[in-house]
Amino acid sequence: MSSQAITLTTVRQDARPVSERIHDWVVTVDHKKLGILYIVYGLVFLMLGGIEATIMRIQLIVPHNHFVSPQVFNRMFTMHGTTMIFFVVMPLLFGFGTYLIPLMIGARDMAFPRLNAFSFWMTAFGGVLLYFSFIGGYGLYGAGNAPDVGWFAYAPLTARAFSPGHSTDFWTLALLISGIGSIGTAVNFITTILSMRCPGMTLGKMPLLAWLNLIMGGMVILALSPLTAAQIMLSIDRYLGGHFFDTQAGGSAVLWMHFFWIFGHPEVYILVVPAFAFVSEIIPVFSRKPIFGYPIMVAATVCIGFISFSVWAHHMFTVGMNSYGNTFFTVTSMIIAVPTGIKIFNWLGTMWGGKIQFKAPMLFCVGFVFQFLIAGLTGIMLATSPFDWQLGNSYFVVAHFHYVIVGAILFTIFGAFYYWFPKMSGRMYNEALGKWHFWLFFVGFHLTFDFMHIPGMLGMPRRIYTYEPGRGWEIWNLIVTIGVIFQIFGVLAFVINLLWSFWKGKAAGNDPWDAWTLEWSTTSPPPDYDFAVTPAVRSRRPLWDRKHPEDPDWKYE
Amino acid sequence: MKRSEHARGLLHRAAGIAVLLGGVLLAAKLCYGAPPDPGQIPSIFKPQSTPANSIFHLSLLVLAITGLIFALVFSLLVYVIVKFRKRDIDDASEPPQVYGSNQIELAWTVIPILIVLVLFLATARVIRSIQDAPKPSGAIEVIAIGHQFWWEFRYPALGVVTANELHVPVGDASNPTPTFLTLLSADTDHSFWVPRLAGKTDLIPNRVNHTWIDPLQTGLYLGQCAQYCGTQHAKMLLRVYADSPEQFNQWVQEQKNPANNNDAVADGRRIFETTACVNCHAVSGTIADGHFGPDLTHLMSRETIASGAALNTRENLRAWLQNPDSIKPGSLMPAMQLNEKDLDALTAYLLTLR
Amino acid sequence: MSSEALTPSPSASEWVLPSRGRVGMFSLIAAESAIFTIFVAAYIFYLGKSVSGLSPKDVLELPIFTTICLLSSSLTIHLAVRGLRQAKVGAFGLWWFITMALGTIFLVGTGREWHHLIYNKGLTVSTNLFGTTYYSLIGLHAFHVTVGLLLIALALIFTLLGKVKPEHSERAEVFSLYWHFVDVVWVVVFTVVYIIGR
Repeated sequence: MSSQAITLTTVRQDARPVSERIHDWVVTVDHKKLGILYIVYGLVFLMLGGIEATIMRIQLIVPHNHFVSPQVFNRMFTMHGTTMIFFVVMPLLFGFGTYLIPLMIGARDMAFPRLNAFSFWMTAFGGVLLYFSFIGGYGLYGAGNAPDVGWFAYAPLTARAFSPGHSTDFWTLALLISGIGSIGTAVNFITTILSMRCPGMTLGKMPLLAWLNLIMGGMVILALSPLTAAQIMLSIDRYLGGHFFDTQAGGSAVLWMHFFWIFGHPEVYILVVPAFAFVSEIIPVFSRKPIFGYPIMVAATVCIGFISFSVWAHHMFTVGMNSYGNTFFTVTSMIIAVPTGIKIFNWLGTMWGGKIQFKAPMLFCVGFVFQFLIAGLTGIMLATSPFDWQLGNSYFVVAHFHYVIVGAILFTIFGAFYYWFPKMSGRMYNEALGKWHFWLFFVGFHLTFDFMHIPGMLGMPRRIYTYEPGRGWEIWNLIVTIGVIFQIFGVLAFVINLLWSFWKGKAAGNDPWDAWTLEWSTTSPPPDYDFAVTPAVRSRRPLWDRKHPEDPDWKYE
Repeated sequence: MKRSEHARGLLHRAAGIAVLLGGVLLAAKLCYGAPPDPGQIPSIFKPQSTPANSIFHLSLLVLAITGLIFALVFSLLVYVIVKFRKRDIDDASEPPQVYGSNQIELAWTVIPILIVLVLFLATARVIRSIQDAPKPSGAIEVIAIGHQFWWEFRYPALGVVTANELHVPVGDASNPTPTFLTLLSADTDHSFWVPRLAGKTDLIPNRVNHTWIDPLQTGLYLGQCAQYCGTQHAKMLLRVYADSPEQFNQWVQEQKNPANNNDAVADGRRIFETTACVNCHAVSGTIADGHFGPDLTHLMSRETIASGAALNTRENLRAWLQNPDSIKPGSLMPAMQLNEKDLDALTAYLLTLR
Repeated sequence: MSSEALTPSPSASEWVLPSRGRVGMFSLIAAESAIFTIFVAAYIFYLGKSVSGLSPKDVLELPIFTTICLLSSSLTIHLAVRGLRQAKVGAFGLWWFITMALGTIFLVGTGREWHHLIYNKGLTVSTNLFGTTYYSLIGLHAFHVTVGLLLIALALIFTLLGKVKPEHSERAEVFSLYWHFVDVVWVVVFTVVYIIGR
């Protein structure tokens, strides 16, 4: 299939001077460039967050270690959590969404391209502001002033009295600013998906990635705002003498928790739903079958979106809610397991009866299914509130959520990288290096996060810069730290692969995976305008219809 | 690559991983020759108190159900990736395109709902039994106040005030003497967690929380603060001594006495009462009546100082007085800048506070 | 892969999707509603919980006049947009200006109320829980009114420069959605603060 009809102009962009090319990227409103900016940004911060994690794990490798002081350690876990959630995973997911959604729905760009650019730069600035805290500002304790109140910044620890200086304010402002960026991106996603689909692409015919990003967008709209509100309240407390969370004046520390977790719980579903989207695109292509149960997948995710707003206080099982409150949140937290489990079964159903090819994207997606299953099951343990009274706030929880964010979400992000890298760069990555990445990271992940559950069950709380010997925690902490080494090498293989393949990889062509969604009908990389002629579709897999005109999907859907 | 070569390659890889893991575990074991005393491991699976027991039994049910689900789905996954992998001898045809199945979807919706129902009912019962447990007349009442970074324990009915090390009696079925704790905080959020005795409950300023424990066996139970409360959250340790009823009564009697007054250490006592010590600490029977730091009336009846951060020995006590940051950097007790002679005298005085 | 249109639907009826401006604005309104909900929740939660200091019934009086002004500005902005849709740019300009005037009266009224509360009654944001939650909630709303007024003023300047045409009626309508939202929020805030809370 030739691509002469929409070939790029013959002017090679490389010929322009560097300053012009950089300027191009800085002022761009093209969703593809912004998507790549988001993704590169997320990758850079992934390295920073990884360094912070490594520092913590070295400190914890033996009890009573002196690698870093308690003050520095407390800043490390605060910055690590904040970085990974707000400046790594969210930008990566927004980046892939921004790049792919218009291409997958047959549009030329997002609904509001300038808002798109604005949102990216707001998010970017937020991250820079957060890291500026290491050198900027002044305070009473130690050099540098990074926030040290934990990524959920519980009151009243964040009050002026307990957190003097500006460290907490860096946390508040950085997230406020990037939160505005996130809401902007969500508005863009929703509007693009609802208002710019190509002819024939009804809501029931658009790719699952579009559906899931639509749901995620709706969740961002409703969930980020409570965090923004709470941060405004915190700033009023810290700077205008307000009393929202001032317990001496009758304020409530628990109110902050409610407001934060009304954001915080949907937030983790905001992170995982786009991961579901990647998996739902990759597994079908590498199993050579359509996704099993498309309508149910959509319905289940909508349910997850709604229910996720009703479970938040399972982060607060230990604050002393009465038995009715604890029971209610136990029920909702268990119920959300049902639609989630349905999705796992549907992915298995997609693979069943297929012809599975274990290229790098698929390896990561299979790893996802395995790890997400385990993460969901430990989630059920935590949803059982009496069990949570033991496991909560311990290393068991830390292991659980890393299982979700690293074992599930990051694995799918790696998969997405390998899957769409050919489209974005026009080159194929190195498959052998990709497999090295997978296996090294897989081993490291399991060494670290499987064994991390155990100290939690033996009484080790989280957020401690050191621990007592003789409680049976030493050996597990050692193994956990050793796993980090493998993960580092895995990520190194990944970065080398990306860089090397970008310059030296062989040409990918339009459709290296023989896939079925619209982005594979463009060149690799796509032209600036995405589609020379707006496509019209008749089924969920327009390219399948094209390649199999004797047996098109629209006969069966 | 041919199938047999592929399989061999997989086998090599699996063997390599196994050797690697084994080596890591062996190295770890060698670094930690002596196993920890199992009595000191605060494992949630070794409960010694009714609430911890209830949680333990519920957790067995949860683990069994989730274990079963894992085994089932994991086997399915392994089966799928083995049975439906693309063979090299395959042609390029596509497999049958199956779009879904309503019956299957129904099955794997209904069954999980039933599982959730079972789990929820079992859980609701345990929640009620722990949170709504009635307080028997023989219960010991303790008010626990969380501070940055130590624990204050008051027994209002018994007239006892102490810090960091909680003594409670072991009861029996005919005469239950559980300890009911009222949890308060003087500053930020904390959490009372002694895994073998109960699940954790938070101490939150401007809020009153409750928890209860009834140790079934005498012994020492370890725990620590489980809600990040600031720089030294890590060393806000807990020691719960479950005493026999006789031992407990004796301890209470000793705690109710006013402080020892030994003329030999009058010098140290003078230093204590004229430097800022009395602003923060209380010693009953003296002018010292500060409430910002632990009550020191019976300091020497405790096995540790600085909320478990160090053993209560003469050397540690002296080092703590000289510079608290050497033991617990970031603790809120300032170094009092005393000279060597004063330090010795003060230490000698504190050592008499049995 | 050819780029010719993939198989179009045989019944190629008109492909109509919701307008971008409207969807975008509704999404923004949803986000803003969530922010306001949290502030209202905090306000309600803290009713009666102030440890000391003034309480609502001591100091609050119903702001009837300013409320009427603000709520009628919803009507006037509707009339403005309708005028523009009917290509009556003059009518649009007039009603648009009146909307701005009504909104400004509301803001001035709020400012006067605050002046009275701060200087005559001694209620500030740091007085007690009531002061904190009151000024935050009313202030957040007033901030949204201010932003709206700035945008209205901008559009008014464009109108006076003759740059506004009937084809811009869609954009004016999208903006008016925001203005209606601000009014609806005021209805809620008014009810919670001045009726329920007093």
